[in-house]
Amino acid sequence: MPGPARVALLVTCLVDLFRPSVGFAAVKLLEQAGCTVEVPRAQTCCGQPAYNSGDRADAKAIARQVIAAFAGYDYVVAPSGSCAGMVKLHYPELFADEPPSLARAQELAARTHELVSFLVDVRGLDSVAARWQRTATYHDACSGLRELGVKQQPRRLLASVDGLTLTELPGAEVCCGFGGTFCIKYPEISDKMVTDKAADITATGADAVLAGDLGCLLNIAGKLSRRGSRVEVRHVAEVLADMTGEVPAIAAPAP
Amino acid sequence: MSAARDDILGGIRRALRRGPLPADTTAELAGRVAAHRRNLVPARAAALDRAGRIDLFVLMVEEVQTTVARVSSEQDVPAEVARYLAAENLPAELVAAPDRSLDAIPWETRPLLRIRRGRAEADDAVSLTPCLAAVAETGTLMLASGPGTPTTLNFLPDTHIVVLHASQVVASYEDGWDLIRARAGLSPNPPPAPSSPSPASGGGQGGGEAAAGGSAHGADRVGAVGPQALPRTINLITGPSRTGDIEQRIQLGAHGPRRLHVVLVEDAPRQG
Amino acid sequence: MEPTSHSFPANARAGLADPILQTALGLARTGFPLRRQQAIARLPEFEELREEGRAIKDHTLANLDFYLELYERNVTAAGGQVHWARTAAEARAAILDICRAANAKIVTKGKSMVAEEIALNDHLEANGITPVETDLGEYIIQLRHEPPSHIIAPAIHLMKEQVADAFRAAHTELAPARPLTDPRALCDEARTVLRPRFLAADVGITGANFLVAETGSSIIVTNEGNGDLTQILPRVHIVITGIEKIVPTLEDTATLLRLLARSATGQEFSSYTTLSTGPRRTGDLDGPEEYHVVLLDNGRSALLGGEFQDMLRCLRCAACLNHCPVYAAVGGHAYGWVYPGPMGAVLTPALVGVAEAGHLPNASTFCGRCESVCPVKIPLPKMMRHWREREFAQHLSPAVYRSGLRLWVWVAQRPGLYHALAGIAGRVLGWAGGFRGRFRALPFAAGWTAVRDLSAPEGRSFQSLWAERQRREGRR
Repeated sequence: MPGPARVALLVTCLVDLFRPSVGFAAVKLLEQAGCTVEVPRAQTCCGQPAYNSGDRADAKAIARQVIAAFAGYDYVVAPSGSCAGMVKLHYPELFADEPPSLARAQELAARTHELVSFLVDVRGLDSVAARWQRTATYHDACSGLRELGVKQQPRRLLASVDGLTLTELPGAEVCCGFGGTFCIKYPEISDKMVTDKAADITATGADAVLAGDLGCLLNIAGKLSRRGSRVEVRHVAEVLADMTGEVPAIAAPAP
Repeated sequence: MSAARDDILGGIRRALRRGPLPADTTAELAGRVAAHRRNLVPARAAALDRAGRIDLFVLMVEEVQTTVARVSSEQDVPAEVARYLAAENLPAELVAAPDRSLDAIPWETRPLLRIRRGRAEADDAVSLTPCLAAVAETGTLMLASGPGTPTTLNFLPDTHIVVLHASQVVASYEDGWDLIRARAGLSPNPPPAPSSPSPASGGGQGGGEAAAGGSAHGADRVGAVGPQALPRTINLITGPSRTGDIEQRIQLGAHGPRRLHVVLVEDAPRQG
Repeated sequence: MEPTSHSFPANARAGLADPILQTALGLARTGFPLRRQQAIARLPEFEELREEGRAIKDHTLANLDFYLELYERNVTAAGGQVHWARTAAEARAAILDICRAANAKIVTKGKSMVAEEIALNDHLEANGITPVETDLGEYIIQLRHEPPSHIIAPAIHLMKEQVADAFRAAHTELAPARPLTDPRALCDEARTVLRPRFLAADVGITGANFLVAETGSSIIVTNEGNGDLTQILPRVHIVITGIEKIVPTLEDTATLLRLLARSATGQEFSSYTTLSTGPRRTGDLDGPEEYHVVLLDNGRSALLGGEFQDMLRCLRCAACLNHCPVYAAVGGHAYGWVYPGPMGAVLTPALVGVAEAGHLPNASTFCGRCESVCPVKIPLPKMMRHWREREFAQHLSPAVYRSGLRLWVWVAQRPGLYHALAGIAGRVLGWAGGFRGRFRALPFAAGWTAVRDLSAPEGRSFQSLWAERQRREGRR
């Protein structure tokens, strides 16, 4: 394992508001991987809602805030492919014609990673000490998959979880229909997409479904729950950090 | 319509924020065209020897519902054609391309086979044609129109039989383009120079005639293939006609032939 | 055709509620991606070819004037005629003039999206000329008086029963009781009915997948053979095509052809890839006597040098449609014009205006699957985002979204306030939903809770819990 590293956690607004456990699971995993973790207070949002709504000016303002808040750390890690992708790929694009800001954006982008790919590709982790007696299937969140190449890394770590059997999800790479503002603007289309995703998940017969992005997970959990499904929905970090006993699954009642 | 032409070309230049290209740039571009350098050619067929190419061609073409009969010489072609038609329960008659390349086939050894030489008409059920080349890479036949090879033979009848000589099997489409250029008496694809210039620059390789401007009639020889030399129609045919337009289920024989049969004549490799 | 893209939400709802369409879409949704995947698996150089294809197209677009002029010279030298059309109206007029000069009564047509774009069929009919679509899918939708729903499989939205109904209604000369229950019978009937039309046509009109500057050739890539019969049997062959279809050399064309069929249908190569160069030659026994190419601009040149130039690389393979979850949910008619799916979401606003077509680039999750399968690497989500930027600047999005965003953005730039509000919201919602862990219904979230439960927040924000943990551990 490489030497100690100073990591800043990019919490993401959804984790902050809806499921802090994911944040704590990320911290635990990062500490196990030899990192010290800090959480810059001045972070709020990565700016995706503004960016994807065509509001470049506000996206830039938020991006500058993020760049400033995360200055000086060895790495910036987010338990979300879409937020990490926003910083890594889209911040440089935002500042493409502003050389000074572009340089800062590129500098931040180079140090920013999605959580599981950071653990495997940068910290060299190939197993975790965790136990979870379940069959689970895995949904590949789009940004992580296509912007950041997150595919094998979660599967590799999940394979080391004691008692866990992974079964591949047909259509794992098909979008679940969340898409941030999309599910609000085009709710019927979003519903169709998440209905199909829920049907695919149910058809695997797995006890649980995992993914690396809370937006997808809230969407999928909401649909499975509405259909009366007993499939457990969790963020992959909770499983890898062996914290599944500490918090109920998403949209599930307290035990 | 020249106002439209000027407006469109002007609009292109305005959008690209420039005027007409300067003479040295057009010379470069003309050189790139004249050199018609090959891009990446997949190794699939290119890496094979002659026998391997032929086997690959047969494999690929059979994958697309084309039947292949291998015969040892032109002497055997009439018998194979007669056998095929009988096996498919088709009448023993066909329309064949007038092309000289079919003249040496001893059709008289099968007198019951009625053959008309010419273009296809509406009620012709079976046609027989030569081809220019066969591309092993994807099992693709290359046929060129001409006085001896009317294109209707390839599309109107229900059954299309192609006589292919083994020496005509090439690896890639690019090899086929070279054959077309060779037939037209023009320079084939020039080999790369020891230190090749970048593709964008062209550099006038093999393009002695690659002059900027200089539009002599018919022979504006910016490209190494003058268009007068290209046949009216070049068909690249990969299997019989098909459609998936109804419920994604493939049906053969949508409008073109429903059957494509290749008679592969194993001849000695030709020179050159 | 008149766009109905402004009604995309209603169109989409109609598509979602249509059980026949949903069944038809279900067939295509898995079939196309699987076949494409199988084809690429057999070609190790595919990724390199994508990069070469992109480079060829970019090079051509940067020098489009040169290549168009070269192409025109070579078409003319081969005995063909080039007509330049700035607008759809000019293209229609040019084609009508050629047809009139040829005394055309019947015109056969190969599948051409550009012909749909300029609404050619209506124009010909209005002028006493009968256009006959010969591509099976196009023929079926012509009978049903509806537009295509896919750029390479126009009738993909139909099941065979609907095709049979259309045939029974139209082919009244055939025995009414004949069986038409399987696609084979339908295909045979179309072949039988259309063959005389091919033979009777005075003019044949096709599109072009590529135009080769080096040789002055037009290329069609088909499977049925209808495009070929359309262009070799009549006396006159007209090609209607966009100016961006130009490719410099035959070698460049081979590269793009290797990408096209694999990306479109998963075939190694289409059944028929045909190069046409001018009219018949002296001594030819068949072929058209006249060969015309109508080059259409209609807003394409305006895309050069700007944010949307990459869209001009499009090969019209439909891989993006075939992999798009939104297209798979609503079908092609929802998009309201000629070009559906991701490529339509970018191209339609460019050709008919963002005021009309603004919904299309918004109806995307930016999942990126389209870009990942595009044979020439068009950054489709990025360009959809550019359209959203234009709409934002022009205040075209609904006020409620704008103000919601304004509020979010305002709070997000005030971390202290943000954390305080997050803390409050977390506590309130966590408390309200705590026992069950989820909300079945929630004010302001009706769009979500109408069809899904909303997970209850845990009750505290991460930041407040972290701050507490830091204090406990004596750190800051």
